[in-house]
Parts: sequence; structure tokens; C-alpha cells
Amino acid sequence: MKNPLDSLWGTVICGLILTLALHMIVAHALGG
Amino acid sequence: MDWVPAISRWIHLLAGVMWIGLLYYFNFVNVAAAKAAAADGTAAGISKHVMPRALFWFRWAAVVTWLAGAALLGSNFGAAFLLQKSHMAIGLGAWLGTIMLFNVWVLIWPNQKKILGIVPATDEAKNKARRVAFLASRTNTMFSIPLLYFMAAGAHSALYFG
Repeated sequence: MKNPLDSLWGTVICGLILTLALHMIVAHALGG
Repeated sequence: MDWVPAISRWIHLLAGVMWIGLLYYFNFVNVAAAKAAAADGTAAGISKHVMPRALFWFRWAAVVTWLAGAALLGSNFGAAFLLQKSHMAIGLGAWLGTIMLFNVWVLIWPNQKKILGIVPATDEAKNKARRVAFLASRTNTMFSIPLLYFMAAGAHSALYFG
């Protein structure tokens, strides 16, 4: 499988997915 | 006016713009430009005149950004890095920024010194250095996206998590 970080847009999409995942974890932890 | 947090916040933003701005220059512009320049034999100008200067401001802006961020956290430094509920959003941003600072000084800069010929390296070592520096730079670009999200969320928690 190709490393998504080899592609600029793969990197951006990974960053957006990571943001969403971390947001959900923090929102859950804060009870929001 | 409380001068320390006020000036720290200002310096944090100034240095952060320089750090992330240069990171985006490397990733959004220079990777493709260096590849095209290598293909037509004009890459020497970039590696000799642009990269050393860009990397100087890049790595020291990273240090100033982190130090100003630490000063801005002040007595909340521990609460942020321990991800306590009251400081969880800014704490995640602080952790991401700290990992990115590590990547700059431990993975990107030492390998760029080999790539640019600042320190001697074999062709094999240079090829390995290119891959490590590239992936560390791309990792930082990926991390910058949630980093900036949590920087914004840290100051406006109710808006993001209310």
C-alpha cells in the first residue's frame, strides 16, 4: 500500500481525518 | 495589561506564522520545484542559496514558537501537557507542536545538513536522509492541520466543544 504522505493531497486528507478523530475524542472527554 | 501573556501570544503568532509558513513553502512549493529543477539541471541554485536560508528561519522560528507558547501557558503548562479537562484542547495543540519541534531538530535539520552537503555524507546516506527528512516534513504538515484547529479551539472552547 502506498504511503499517503508521499502525496501532498494524501497528507492534507490525513491531517483532516486526524483533526476529526481528535475532535471527537476531545468532545467525548468533555461531554459535549 | 498583563504584559507576559500579551507579548507571548503575539510572539507565538509571529514565529508560528514563519514556522508553518516555511513548512508549507517546503511542502506545497519546494518539493515539486526541486523535482522540476533537478530534471532540467537547475537545482543547484535552490539547494545552495534558498534551502540553507529557509531552513535557518524555519528551525529557529520553531524554537521561538515553542518557547513563546510555553510562556503563554505559564502556570497552566502542566495542566495542558497532562491533558486535564480544563486545558485538553490547547494541551493537544501543545503536544502536536512539541512533536513537530522534535521532528524539526532531530529528523529534518540533521538530515537536511547531509542532503545540502553541510556535513559530509555518502550518496547512500544522502538518499536515506532525503526519505527521512521528507517523511518528517510531511508528518509535520499533516500535524499542522489539527495543531491549528486545537490552537483555535483552545481560545474558544465553547464554540468548538460547547
